[in-house]
Formats: sequence, structure tokens, C-alpha cells
Amino acid sequence: MSIWSNLGLVYALLGAAVAVFLAGAGSAIGVGIAGQAASGVVTEDPSKFAKVLIMQLLPGTQGIYGLLVGFITLSKIGLLGGGAADLDPQTGLLILAACLPIGIVGLISGKAQGQTAAAAIGIVAKKPEQFGKAMLFPAMVETYAILALLISILAVTAIQV
Amino acid sequence: MAVLQMQRVSICALKKDRKAILEKLQALGVMEMNQIADEEGFEKMDTVNAKLSFEKKAQLTETALGILDIYAPQKQSMLSGLAGKELVSQDEFQKITAKKDEVIEKADALLTKSKEIAEIKANIVKIENRIESLEPWLSLDAPMNYAGTARTAMLLGTMPAGTDEAAIHEKVAAECPEIEALDVQIISEDADAVYLAVFCLKKEAEKTEEALRAGGFARPSQISNQIPAKEKENLKAEIQKLNKEIEVTEEEIKGYATSREELKVVGDYFRLRAEKYEVLGTLPQSQRTFVISGYVAEKTVPVLKKAIADRYDCVMDVEELKEEEEPPVILKNNAFSDSVEGVLESYGLPHKGEFDPTTIMSFFYVFFFGMMLSDAAYGAIIAIACFVVLKKFPRMSKSMRKSMKMFMFCGLSTLVWGVLFGGYFGDVVDVVGKTFFNKDITIKPLWFAPLNNPMKLLIYSMAFGLVHLFVGLGIKGYMLLKEGKVLDFFCDVILWYVFLAGLLLMLIPSDIFASIAQAKIVFPPFVNTLAKALAIIGALGLLLMSGRANKNPVLRIALGAYDIYNITGWLSDVLSYSRLLALGLATGVIASVVNQMGSMFGKGVVGAIGFAIVFVVGHTLNLAINLLGAYVHTNRLQFVEFFGKFYEGGGKPFEPFESDTKYVDIKEETLS
Repeated sequence: MSIWSNLGLVYALLGAAVAVFLAGAGSAIGVGIAGQAASGVVTEDPSKFAKVLIMQLLPGTQGIYGLLVGFITLSKIGLLGGGAADLDPQTGLLILAACLPIGIVGLISGKAQGQTAAAAIGIVAKKPEQFGKAMLFPAMVETYAILALLISILAVTAIQV
Repeated sequence: MAVLQMQRVSICALKKDRKAILEKLQALGVMEMNQIADEEGFEKMDTVNAKLSFEKKAQLTETALGILDIYAPQKQSMLSGLAGKELVSQDEFQKITAKKDEVIEKADALLTKSKEIAEIKANIVKIENRIESLEPWLSLDAPMNYAGTARTAMLLGTMPAGTDEAAIHEKVAAECPEIEALDVQIISEDADAVYLAVFCLKKEAEKTEEALRAGGFARPSQISNQIPAKEKENLKAEIQKLNKEIEVTEEEIKGYATSREELKVVGDYFRLRAEKYEVLGTLPQSQRTFVISGYVAEKTVPVLKKAIADRYDCVMDVEELKEEEEPPVILKNNAFSDSVEGVLESYGLPHKGEFDPTTIMSFFYVFFFGMMLSDAAYGAIIAIACFVVLKKFPRMSKSMRKSMKMFMFCGLSTLVWGVLFGGYFGDVVDVVGKTFFNKDITIKPLWFAPLNNPMKLLIYSMAFGLVHLFVGLGIKGYMLLKEGKVLDFFCDVILWYVFLAGLLLMLIPSDIFASIAQAKIVFPPFVNTLAKALAIIGALGLLLMSGRANKNPVLRIALGAYDIYNITGWLSDVLSYSRLLALGLATGVIASVVNQMGSMFGKGVVGAIGFAIVFVVGHTLNLAINLLGAYVHTNRLQFVEFFGKFYEGGGKPFEPFESDTKYVDIKEETLS
């Protein structure tokens, strides 16, 4: 079986990979940025560990969304169950396109959310009682990742295999 | 669902009762101090010094406790932070505080001991440095200050790295050719220097040294009168002795561990007194009397009357608040809704005259939270865990208690949503059935499985969101009506309702909606006409009325048009509720990823063990991450979308003059 006869599957798998690795990379960058700020706060005041840890985790969701779309895609094309579906290249490309939103938005919003989370960790460092408000700023960024996730899920599930 | 009515209570009493009254007020903790402006004939007492000295003593006990924690740490379980303050009876408190001087002495002693240890440790470091500087000389078998024999002298010193015997001889010969005898011994060598002992004739010692110095020779900075190896031994013995001393002192410190409780109580005692003196310093006092004034919740005024007015010679004056006063806020809600008060507080308490949205919010909060997490097993775990913690630590701090209660209710709601959507650890029942028993078992969802029909859930999510937003707009209307602004109510609320209802009715039979909902809904023609009429009336009304504050007609219309543009805000608000679907799906899908991974170990004992490990680790992670997500995004929906429609916040929390202790609560005597 040459790759050319199975191009549809390759495209679809590429889609799943794009969703997972772009969004995951975004989250990794974001969590990393927030983690640096969090470490700074903990050196000064270890008792704030739990609060800043929650803040650090906030940009981690994009990676999960990417995983989610990747997983739905894999189960859609039957790679998980053993028997891979016979996809024509066109369907494969459709699936690839459907995976793009969460991949790209996940990458960018992950980084942006990480920066916002780092700033919010600054709030927690100075005014720990404002934790509730501080948590909201990174959550604002995440909205757009959620919207992208939604479109990716809807698109992947809507494609007929 | 309300903000408690506040009243100003002023008490004028005799100075002889001052201590008793202040202590009573502090123990009751129902009054927020707010003294009235100075009046003639009254003066304030300067209590800054007294307060500072109490604070210093409290700080001392705190430092002493910190020292105890270092040398005699207490075993603490992970959950001990939830336990809250210990309850101490009035008698016991008095018994311990009676010997407060003794306890403070103990704290002082602890401080001295810890300083001693620090000093000894500094000494050890010094000695270690000495040993290090001895290291290169270890193979020298004469004392470092060895003066030489009758005729010869020894010169100890270093030269730049890489210098060898021949080079030294050469150097000396070049600098000072008349030198007769010279013996160079290299003791050791390292990357920076060569360590050497040079022997020469005593009479030539000075000249030789000068010649060597030209080649970079330098005497060692520290010279002992011992053979280096021996000296090192002595120093090591000294370190050991010092370490022993540290051990002894540490043991002594550990001996104080039994005083830990006393230190805590006495620390709290001084904290209480410091606070009392702070208040005392703000009170206007005359020669014989003093006045105390502050905010008290209306329903606690009788308690205050009974405890103070009926017991002491005083005048107690209760008055309603003045127009310009901004009283502190206490929320009062039913047992279910008060659990989300913490969420409201983190946004901001209602300002004066504003509606307290806690009760309405609490239902939406629990509802949305459950929908986002939506797994029956996760819900059960959260609810049970919170319930156990609540039962086990009855003395948990109030705000902690509320959050625990909130998560318990949210867990219950998650359980219900999980049953509706058929999520029990994701699809664990299917996976286990298939992997281990070769059977297809599925627990049918009570409603429908979101992954099979995401569009349906999307529509429902937005519908729930619309209800949420409409309720928010409704509360705004209620507040406007309460303030008597009927015109505002009509223009800002009713017109929006009309406009939105019209648009909604137009949207439902449209093709876009049909493609999303996968079902065409056809209204009878008169509804369609009604929809258009409503939308047009609403839009026209908004266009004309939104800018009503402006006299300029052009500007007024422009502002109206801008207000209609706010429909995009409504659209984005409604779309924002799609997170209900997305987060719900995330929980379920990741849970099934975990199950799938667990099932890859295959059947049999190994498979079962592998499955169990993956199951526990994976689901713990998934639960933690999605719990965080559900919490953050439920808050967001309340704060941004819901509160955005009507709520401002900015009220001041009630901060009563009370026994603000750190470690112990003192049991209040029952009012007799």
C-alpha cells in the first residue's frame, strides 16, 4: 500500500497532529511563562504556592483542547479501533482544515494567556485577597480558545467519513 | 437574599467601665468602629506606644513559634489547614494569660538560643575556611612559623602557578647573584599557585625574600604555630565540639516544645490587646466619660442592648444612617445560597442600595458548574469529599466552610448532569466491559450523550445562557423600578426585551437556525409578523430613546444607533455560553482517553493492574484540571456575562471590632 493510495488518511492524521502539537506547544509556552512568574512569587512567599499554581495551570487548557480534537479525529478515522477508515484525499483535507482552528488559536492564545497569567500572578503576589479577580483576566483570553475548540469539534464531527 | 440593614449605635459611658465595655464589644464582635467627628471637650488618648509594645510582644511569640517549628516541627496532616482555630475556654485562656510574663520570658529564651546557634554556625564557617587555607600546606612537616635552625631560615609562601624549582633558582640568581645557599621545596601545587618552602642562610633571609618577591612570592595570609596536619586535626576537633554545642542547644529548644500552646495563646492575647488599644486611641474621651460609635446590623442591636446598655451606666443611642453615609455590607442569605457569597465577595459586595444577587446567582452557579464538569462519578467524589471534610472539621473558618459547601452543591449538580449525559468516569463501563468481559455494556444517558449530538447541546447551552442574561436584565429593571426610574426601566429594559424577543422569534424559523438545530421550526404567519413588529418597535424605541439625556436631536439619534449596536455584545455574550458544551465535552473525552489508555494493557491480572494505575492517575489529573476549568469559567459567566447586565459592586465589607486571633478562639460565655 503506497502512501499515494492512502493520502486521505495521511491528511486526516496530519490534522490530528496539528491540533495536538500546535495547541500543546501554545500551552507549554504559556504554562512556562506563568511558571517563571509563579516561581518568583514562591521564593518570596511559599505560602502562596497553591494560589499561584492554579494561576500557572490556567494556560494549560489549550493543550487539553488540542488533545481533545486530536482524539475525536483519531476515533473518527478509526485509527483507535484498529480498522482505519478508507478516506479519499478530499475528506482527509477537510479533516485537516477542521483541526486548524484549535491548533492555531491554541498556539497563540496559549502564549497570550501565559503572559496574562504571569501578570495576574503579580496581582496575587501583592494583593492575595484579589485572587478571584486576578483569575478572571487569563480566563478572558481562554474564551477564544474555547470558541476555536467548538468550531473544530463541530467541524470534525460534521464531516461524513 | 439581602443586605442587612445597618444602624449607627453610639454609646456614651463612664470611664470606669471603659475596659469592661470595650472587652465586651470585642468579644461580641458585632460593631464596626466608626467614630463621629471630634467634639469640643473631648480628647483622644495616645495609645500608640502601648499598642506598639503589645504588637512587639505578639511578634516575639510569633518568632519563637517559628523557631520551635524549625527545631521541633509538629507533624501536620495535609488537611490540617482546614481544621480552623482551636477552641479555648474562658478559664483556660485566663489561666494561661495569667503567667504571660513567664511565657514571654520563654519566648525570649528561645530567641537567644536560636541566636546562639546562628553564632556558633558562623564560627564553624570561619574554622572551615581556616582548614581550607591550610589544605595546600598539609605535607609540610614543620610548624608554619618555624624560625629555622641556628644558621638557616625558612621562608613560606606562594608563587604564581607553573613556577618550578629551576625557575626559582634562576630568578634568585638573576636578582641577587651574591646569595650563597638556597634550597627550594615545593609543598604543593594547584591551578592558582605553587606553595613552597624556601630555606636559606639566616643572614641572607631578607635579600632572598626580596629576590623571590620580584618573582611574585607572597607569604601566606594565615600562619599557625603548629604543623599544618596537626593544626587541621585541632580545628576539626573544635568543629566537632561546636557541633555538639549546637546539638545541646537544639535539645534545649526542643525542651520548649511543650510551651507551644502557651505561646500561641499569649500571642493571641497580645494581639487582642493591641487591637483594643488601637480602638481606644480613636475614642473621644472627656474627663469622666467616653463615647464609642459604630455600625451595627439592625437585628443585632438588641443583643448589644442586653449586653451593654442594661449592665453599665451608659446612654446608648441607636439611629438610622444618614443619606451620605456608606455603611459596611453584611450579606444574609439562605443556607444554600450563602455558600456562593465568597464568589460574590471576590467580585465585590453590593454598594449602597444595590440588590444582592447572591440567591439568584447561586442557582445558576451550581447549574452551570455541574454542566461543565458533567460526570456523575466526579460529581459524587467531589460531593462526598466536601461533605466528609465539612463533618470532620466543624471549626473550619467561615469562608472556607462556605467554599466547601459550594463545592459540595456543585458536586451534586455535576452528579445530576453526569447521569443526564451518561458520563461515569467518561465511558469506563463500556471500556471495562469490552476489555475484561468481552461484553458491550453501556449505561444509557438519561437525556442524550453530548458527543453524539454536540449541536443539540450547543443550542441548549445558548438557551440557558439567554435565560441567564434575561434574568440579569430583569434584575436591572427591578432595581430601576425600586429607585422609581420608570422611564429608564421602560427604555433600558423593556425596549431591549422587545427588541431581543423580536430578533429571537425571527431567528428561530430561519435557515441558519434550522441547519444548526437540524430541525426546521415553522411558526404560524402571525407569529412571524409579530416577530418583525417587535423587532422594529424595539429597534425604533432604542434609536429614539437611548440618547434621551441629550438635547441635541442628531446626537440623540446617534447615541441611539450606538446603543442598538450593543446587539453585538448580546451576541458575543450568548456565544460565550458555548463553553458549557466545550468544557463538558473536554471532561468526557479526556476521561475516555484515560480509559482507552488503560485498556491497552490487555486482559488478565497484568492488564487489570495496569488499568487500575492508569485509571487512578489519569482520572485524578482529569478531575483536577476540569474542576479548575469549571470553577474559573463558571465564575467568568457570572462576573462578565451576568453581572455585566446589572451589577456594579464596590461595597465595603463589614469589619467589626472583634477578637481577631490567629491560633485560638475563646469560648464566649453565654450571656446571662
